[in-house]
Amino acid sequence: MEGVLQLQRQLIDYTTSLYNEGFLDDQFTQLQQLQDESNPDFVVEVVSLFFEDSERLLNELSKALDQQSVDFKKVDAHVHQLKGSSSSIGAQRVQRICIAFRNYCEEKNIEGCLKSLQQVKNEYSLVKNKLESLFKLQQQLSAACGSIPME
Amino acid sequence: MARNGVFSRRKWLEKSEGFDLSLSDSHEAHVLAVDDSLVDRKVIERLLKISSCKVTAVDSGRRALQFLGLDEEKSSVTFDGLKVDLIITDYCMPGMTGYELLKKIKESSTFREIPVVIMSSENILARIHRCLEEGAEDFIVKPVKLSDVKRLKDCMLGQDRMESEDRGINKRKSCETSDILSSSPSTSPPSSR
Repeated sequence: MEGVLQLQRQLIDYTTSLYNEGFLDDQFTQLQQLQDESNPDFVVEVVSLFFEDSERLLNELSKALDQQSVDFKKVDAHVHQLKGSSSSIGAQRVQRICIAFRNYCEEKNIEGCLKSLQQVKNEYSLVKNKLESLFKLQQQLSAACGSIPME
Repeated sequence: MARNGVFSRRKWLEKSEGFDLSLSDSHEAHVLAVDDSLVDRKVIERLLKISSCKVTAVDSGRRALQFLGLDEEKSSVTFDGLKVDLIITDYCMPGMTGYELLKKIKESSTFREIPVVIMSSENILARIHRCLEEGAEDFIVKPVKLSDVKRLKDCMLGQDRMESEDRGINKRKSCETSDILSSSPSTSPPSSR
């Protein structure tokens, strides 16, 4: 019983910190509200798609910015996609870097773009770790709850 | 003054949960969702399903037209049993944009009556107006929330539209946040419908 309460407290505190530190925003809450008994893994599934999609886009961005002659339109298109998907799952810090990134693309500012790419890679990596930790806590909690005999 | 009324009404709408968009006891609304983003397709699909809709999600305007049987290059079988009650499409897509898809649907005698809703991450006033002018039923600024999907009930039931005040305000609300209007918060664009 104690284990469950501790885990619950840990989960709440951790989740709160993610919102406070701007890693997640209200859209993540929206996704959680779409999860229920009929779709118990919805959030994990969407976030997994986001991880796959982002990794692909970050690779494309690295390649595109490594060219002799950078195609800023192409770079912008990738950043636009990343901005969209991060916004859809509530990954606020990633989304914000993308906004600045797009401005650099518009200015055809290669240094600005390279700096943004580094920043977005960092933020992505951070939020990925945070979300994975969050999911782990949730799993631990459900396992602990599951092991409590009913009645 | 009117704005206070609007905000409290929107709050009331947002409070109601488990919103049921089915048209009647026997017929669930069938929505065709178009978005090139895998993440967004997954989210919109879930938003619609949780609102009691059947969903067909495709990744391009081209595929949407093929599904409807409107693609000139590919003659496809029409799905008689699966009437589409609403089309919801992203604006920015490679190949055919949501706007181009909207135009093609409104040009079709068979499908022009189907309400089309546009989604976009970019809150650009000119874009919103252009879509509404072309016959879009509504314009949703991404990321899409459950409260946005609730607003679509109206389109599909084809009943009396929400009071024009409310609809105008929904569109104005998204317009109001755009940069163009930020300097004059009390003005709102003329409703184009």
